[in-house]
Amino acid sequence: MSPAAHPLLEVEDLCVEFRTRRGTIRAVNGLSYTLHEGETLALLGESGSGKSVAAQAVMGLLDTPPAHITRGAVRLRGDDLLALSPERHREVRGTRLSMIFQDALTALNPVLSVGDQLAEMYRVHQGMGRKAALARAVALMDRVRIPAASRRIHDYPHQFSGGMRQRVMIAMALALDPEVVIADEPTTALDVTVQAQIMRLLKQLQSETRMGLLLITHDLGVVAEAADRITVMYAGRTVESASADDLYARPGHPYTRGLLDSVPRLDRLGKPLVPITGAPPLPSSIPAGCAFHPRCPRAEPRCGSEAPPFRTLSPAGHRSACHFAEEVHHAPVG
Amino acid sequence: MWRFVARRLLHALPVLLGTTFLIYTLVFVLPGDPIQGLAGDKPVPPAVLAELRARYHLDDPLWIQYTHYLTGLLTGDLGTTFTGRRVSDLLADRWVVTLQLGLTAWVLEVILGMALGVWAGLRKGKWDDSAVLFGTTLVISVPVFVVGYMAQLVFGVQLGWLPVAGTEEGWPFAFLLPGLVLASFGLAYVARLTRSSLIENLRADYVRTAHSKGLSGRRVVVRHTLRNSLIPVVTFLGLELGGLMAGAIVTEYIFNLPGVGQQLFQSIQLREGPVVVGTTTALVLIFLLANLLVDLLYGLLDPRIRHD
Repeated sequence: MSPAAHPLLEVEDLCVEFRTRRGTIRAVNGLSYTLHEGETLALLGESGSGKSVAAQAVMGLLDTPPAHITRGAVRLRGDDLLALSPERHREVRGTRLSMIFQDALTALNPVLSVGDQLAEMYRVHQGMGRKAALARAVALMDRVRIPAASRRIHDYPHQFSGGMRQRVMIAMALALDPEVVIADEPTTALDVTVQAQIMRLLKQLQSETRMGLLLITHDLGVVAEAADRITVMYAGRTVESASADDLYARPGHPYTRGLLDSVPRLDRLGKPLVPITGAPPLPSSIPAGCAFHPRCPRAEPRCGSEAPPFRTLSPAGHRSACHFAEEVHHAPVG
Repeated sequence: MWRFVARRLLHALPVLLGTTFLIYTLVFVLPGDPIQGLAGDKPVPPAVLAELRARYHLDDPLWIQYTHYLTGLLTGDLGTTFTGRRVSDLLADRWVVTLQLGLTAWVLEVILGMALGVWAGLRKGKWDDSAVLFGTTLVISVPVFVVGYMAQLVFGVQLGWLPVAGTEEGWPFAFLLPGLVLASFGLAYVARLTRSSLIENLRADYVRTAHSKGLSGRRVVVRHTLRNSLIPVVTFLGLELGGLMAGAIVTEYIFNLPGVGQQLFQSIQLREGPVVVGTTTALVLIFLLANLLVDLLYGLLDPRIRHD
């Protein structure tokens, strides 16, 4: 097949476990998603649901040991990344696939100037000289709208505000025009107003480059604003996947429904918020059957023993892993 | 930065005053009469005694003696010994030896200590890491005189690689063995500090970022981890530089090196106040300068604490 015939990024049945002395922890347990060119896919889940681990597995950033990818495939335009040697996988990082981290203050090197850190991308991957690379770095900072870029190029990360720092982080990820950018909670460490600016910037840059954006977040507000499609994770598994509009309008999994009921929404003014009872399971003790059943209002005895398959609910590709998916899907919201 | 240096030098002034006064007082209150100590068992004629006591202001109260000393110090006069030699002349020869010994030890600590630490840190959990950990624990827990005599016996007497004692062969050969012995504790400490700091930094978020940029493992370590890891090590090495210059009484004794440490020891036994205080003052000065150097070096390593 020609490269164009392959989806941009395809993750299939990915399983990651951590083998420690105290036992094996399954952090990701059968995650699947597909990301297309120019699309934003949100990977939604609570902390501990395995979304960051899954992203690092795709990037090839997990330390083995203790982490082991036990099953699954990660294909970038059809090339299986997991089959690559570490050296080849490294060449993909930064050039075709890059990552934006949550807290730019700790994710940027405190002792190197911002310019050096940006220029490094051009120097290492394109063999540019220091001067040329720094000039490119200034252009890059302009591109992410950091004011007075040429003056600030020699500043250090701690001299920037939180929002500007995150722009630097974004600039670094976009330096070599990668096909896929994974943004791991890119706005969580920021003020709400700055959050909106950063998300707008990401969307703008995306429309310029047609990159595929994998947005990892627990924030339903960010998702609603930015995502084209949403994949919901619970306890290391995909529980639901749909277009953003479809998912918000007609969730097909009790967990997703619970998430939506627990946040305030303008279209549901005056209605009480309903939290999901209980807490997400520890990765070391995931319940049998459907992992959500101890917290699920719709659960029946079979949920505790039979793992529900991931089924298609609508021709538009709405999928859910629940024994009662159709029932949940068709129930009125609110 | 120069403002910072000036301010720090100003800060050093009260420290210098305090330490000299303290040492001066301590020597002053030592029991026994220094003139009588000089003469040994022989009786001293009262006229001579009075003359000497007057020359060295021994009958004046403490604070007057100290003021005399301080005015001398300000004019560059470290005082005279009771035998009439100038303290500065006495120390000049000694400093050369101590400087050679201290610097040798320090360089060994920097090079060997850091190299061992980086090696062990990168090989965490492997056999060579365990070997470094075991070896450094051993060195840290064995007293320096044991290490000294062992080194003399093995490298000096049995293998005959290096001179056993004395300074006849000059620098560097005469100073390698005592330098290594003097450095042993600090070297082991530097290795452990470098190792743990490196391991900690290898887990840092920005190291993960560096990997995500597709950099080679070597570049991630050298450019993105090492410099950050060296900050605590530099602190220790800076203090060490001051400490090693202070002379090493035990090491200089074992290897029979005529350095400042040896002099200080003898002078304390002879109650030669001017020498003890003069030496200590010089040591305090060196220590303060080493501290200042560390603070400036900090800024080079870590822009977050740069003094501009």
